[in-house]
Amino acid sequence: MMLRRSFLRAPIAMAGAAGLAGIMSARDAEARVEININKGNVEPMPIAITDFISGDALGPQITDVIAADLKRSGLFAPVAKTAFIEKVSNPDQTPRFEDWKVINAQALVTGRLVKEGGRLRADFRLWDTFSGQQMTGQQFYTQPQNWRRVAHIIADAIYKQITGEDGYFDTRVVFVSESGPKNARKRQLAIMDQDGFNLRLLTNSNDIVLTPRFSPNQQEITYMSFEGGQPRVYLLQLETGRREVVGNFPGMTFSPRFSPDGQRVIMSLQQDGNSNIYTMDLRSRTTTRLTSTAAIDTSPCYSPDGRRVVFESDRGGRQQLYVMNSDGSGQNRISFGDGSYSTPVWSPRGDLIAFTKQSGGRFSIGVMKPDGSGERILTSGFHNEGPTWAPNGRVVMFFRDNAGSGGSQLYSIDLTGYNELRIPTPTFASDPAWSPLLE
Amino acid sequence: MSRTETQAFGHMQKFVRNPVVVAFALTLALASCGSKKNMPNSAGDLGLNGGAGAATPGSAQDFTVNVGDRIFFDTDSTSIRADAQQTLARQAQWLKQYPNYSITVEGHADERGTREYNLALGARRAAATRDYLSSLGIPASSIRTISYGKERPVAVCDDISCWSQNRRAVTVLGGR
Repeated sequence: MMLRRSFLRAPIAMAGAAGLAGIMSARDAEARVEININKGNVEPMPIAITDFISGDALGPQITDVIAADLKRSGLFAPVAKTAFIEKVSNPDQTPRFEDWKVINAQALVTGRLVKEGGRLRADFRLWDTFSGQQMTGQQFYTQPQNWRRVAHIIADAIYKQITGEDGYFDTRVVFVSESGPKNARKRQLAIMDQDGFNLRLLTNSNDIVLTPRFSPNQQEITYMSFEGGQPRVYLLQLETGRREVVGNFPGMTFSPRFSPDGQRVIMSLQQDGNSNIYTMDLRSRTTTRLTSTAAIDTSPCYSPDGRRVVFESDRGGRQQLYVMNSDGSGQNRISFGDGSYSTPVWSPRGDLIAFTKQSGGRFSIGVMKPDGSGERILTSGFHNEGPTWAPNGRVVMFFRDNAGSGGSQLYSIDLTGYNELRIPTPTFASDPAWSPLLE
Repeated sequence: MSRTETQAFGHMQKFVRNPVVVAFALTLALASCGSKKNMPNSAGDLGLNGGAGAATPGSAQDFTVNVGDRIFFDTDSTSIRADAQQTLARQAQWLKQYPNYSITVEGHADERGTREYNLALGARRAAATRDYLSSLGIPASSIRTISYGKERPVAVCDDISCWSQNRRAVTVLGGR
């Protein structure tokens, strides 16, 4: 996808900005308009997002997508447009900050869309209304049909400028779309934007498909399929739709994930009732066995530096989390709480491992440090399973089945345990995997 | 749809290539209409034994109805229970009498576990069932196993009455 970004360094009417306009002026402003997202239940920051000047409906549409992204993060409270006093007609002109301060908007977004040839140019500026300065200004070129992506990219830029953390709005989710009765479910791989839009089905057969996961460059999905009555791990190229089996193993292969460099797939191989963890190098096709027990070793996931692997095993009697070096050495149990632990996923930041915990008949989503300390439950209920991290390591998505609901749906929750949201999908949904930030 | 009907539907899917079995499964579904009880342990427990004269001896439906094609497991367990041992003994006896079928043992788990583990648990149950049949004289090499994890429940409520029916291993007969 063609997207070009440049910074708007010279606001036309930045009177008194002393030449340090645009991104350079952000440093002073940052000190005043900021959100500390480590604090937990933060008061959302009021932000005014004006309709992008476009002369057509696209301006307000882009504005609405930006506002929805920021609102769903739980960190921002977009001010109702009806409260606006100043009507922005030239987004390059310094706003009347008093008009925005009086409606308590701490930050203000202005922008414009220009059709240049077949392309769409989007400019936006983020202003600190209390210091009266521009925090950042950026410009993007894209194809008009990609307007939602431009909105997500702008929302990411605003999020980053104000929180100091990378955003996660310009991302996608691959998951299993479930339809039909529970005892005869049709499962299809599906991909959508993180806000539930642009949904596309990737498979259409009656074969069971499970546990899709993105490659680091997002061009491929690895997943498990029962195609041909043989449950095995597959690769799917998103662009071409080309599929291939991963390896030629004698038993069921399942629970696949890519290594952080995209060169290997790590997965479980089942033989004679035991499941052990293997990797396959996608170039040389060589396979390596990492665990060798009479237990169920599964759900392997690499640390972001690729040096360690977290997985679940019932070698001690119940499912517990273990960490090993990526060559299989040094296998150590890290979970010791009540109940059983499964589906560990290493945070893209490396600092935490998210998991499913079963205890007292309830299924919870929690996090712990890679050494097993600092366990925290984020959400708990009848059935919550299968966490996946937003690329900034601040939000976890999972699937939830409420008793009697007939199926599961996708939810997200902040690392703080606040701001639980349902991700809208047209059917029941499970096994979400969050993409890295798009290129 | 009652739970017993769902069981019959499951059979229909498995044996859909065999019109006799489809007809039988439909009969089973009709016979069980309105039943609100938990799904019985086997088709034989439906009380159809007396009326099972319709099932040709040696046919797949004879196996399902008169022998019992499935066994059940305790939570998170792969042990062959006493009731399951009796069922498998009947299965082994029947399979020796009619040795020309191909045999697949399907292992299943209930929904109260995570997906990957349940795939492995279903595989373990299938392997334990195969090994038990093997100990009774059915060659292990003639038995294919497959796990469906928690992906193919036959009973679909959200309590133990269904979960206990879904923790199962089903012996499926293929063409002679």
